[in-house]
Amino acid sequence: MKTRKYLKVYRKFLHTSLASELEYKTNILIDLITAILSLIGSIFLLSIFFQNNNSIGGWEFEQALIIQSIYTILNGITNTWFNPNLTEIVKHIREGTLDFVLLKPIDSQFFISLKKLTPSGILEIMLGFFLLLYCIKINQINLTLSFLILCLITIICSICILYSLWFFISTTTIWFVKTWNATEVLRSFLYIGRFPLNSFSFTLRIFFSVFVPIAFITTIPSEVFLGLSEIWKILLEVIVAMVFLFTSRRFWLFALRFYSSASS
Amino acid sequence: MISKLINNKIFTLLKVQYSNMLEYRVEIALWAISGIIPFFMLNIWTNNNLNESINISNIMLSRYFLCAFFVRQFSVVWVVFSFEEDTLMGKVSPYLIQPLNPFFRYFAQHLAEQITRLPFALIIIFFFFIFNRESIWIPSLGILLLSTISTFFSFLIQFLIQSIIACLCFWTEKASSIERLLFIPTLFLSGLLAPVVSFPEYVKSWIYFTPFPYLIDFPANLLSGNATNISGGLSMQILWILLLFPLFRKIWSSGTKKYTAMGS
Repeated sequence: MKTRKYLKVYRKFLHTSLASELEYKTNILIDLITAILSLIGSIFLLSIFFQNNNSIGGWEFEQALIIQSIYTILNGITNTWFNPNLTEIVKHIREGTLDFVLLKPIDSQFFISLKKLTPSGILEIMLGFFLLLYCIKINQINLTLSFLILCLITIICSICILYSLWFFISTTTIWFVKTWNATEVLRSFLYIGRFPLNSFSFTLRIFFSVFVPIAFITTIPSEVFLGLSEIWKILLEVIVAMVFLFTSRRFWLFALRFYSSASS
Repeated sequence: MISKLINNKIFTLLKVQYSNMLEYRVEIALWAISGIIPFFMLNIWTNNNLNESINISNIMLSRYFLCAFFVRQFSVVWVVFSFEEDTLMGKVSPYLIQPLNPFFRYFAQHLAEQITRLPFALIIIFFFFIFNRESIWIPSLGILLLSTISTFFSFLIQFLIQSIIACLCFWTEKASSIERLLFIPTLFLSGLLAPVVSFPEYVKSWIYFTPFPYLIDFPANLLSGNATNISGGLSMQILWILLLFPLFRKIWSSGTKKYTAMGS
């Protein structure tokens, strides 16, 4: 019953945000060109790295492309859902309109995380997906059902971690109203998700797997695609994703106790 | 004489904007941190010995990326986002009545932000030197002066390009998406992520005719003491400024003729 209500509400969200976004049709086209150029740029950068080397951190060019494609898919998801919604939180808190959200008979986290949608990000997801299909072809990966399920699990876990990171930072605005640039810091950290974790030095590797688990987000799914990943890594990712989701939820509920609306 | 100089419009604007910017210290500190991508790139380059193929030693490469970070810090431009917001909100109308081109206001804003940013950038550089003691160097006074000038030129070029895009707000509502599109080649071709020397021949043959390598690569090479053509680079920067400035004037005058305040 409850899920049906939420599904119904989400359908309305989709309808309204699509209707308002489709007013800017040329914008969507420009965003698509931006996504394509950015993918070309990253592949260009990767090709510079591989100009005189056969492997970086144990990854060959064709294998590193898988990371690139998974990054593109996840970036598309970020641009479609996380970015537009979670920058909205800052606005809600600054202008005090979070009151209206809290008063609604619906879960506040659900409302602020899914209210908006930017359709151009979906094109980016498709772009990443096509690159992934191409990578599967050039790396000669055999697709079996159990393999696909494993891949799906790791990618879903990555999405959960990514969402939690975004949501976690956006939540902190309840205390420090003006930290929307914190998401820019996160963005620049996420940038390194385009490269295999092994290509970084040991200290950075520790930093990016313990403090900001970017390592889990792209490298582990790519390893699964290549059939290189051990089962404990996948389990670890599932655990990390669950811990992150759980803490971000608790953190939001905790932060709400400190919310005191605007100008009070 | 001195009091006349201080009462000057520009100085008043700068003073106002500086005190305004000081209020946003935390935000600006976060901006500064979000620019650390060059250090991650440096880590990939040195950790995989990629620099051997382009004949740059580890130390020179670390200096290069440090300077790239520094130049980027002082050439960040966001005028299109401010202008877009001001046009949509109708704040531009009162600015237009004043006997001062509104872009002077934005220009002063940027300069004030750079002054506020300086201490944070210096702190980051200090930490960089703690971890990379062997790359400490002191550039000569002449080089310091020349690279300051070329960094300022780089800022000017980007400011002019973005102002031209910002003027498109008079015709379309969301000019910032065009800026996001143009940011992609700036990111990959300016030398922020990889020095232009390392680019493949088919790119190097035409890239020096575009403004991109003069934005980061040239000032960074100059400051870090890597080989570069000083007079050639500076004159190309001046050439681009001379090309872009009349274009801006033209688009500004035809844009203001077209402008109708919101709701008319």
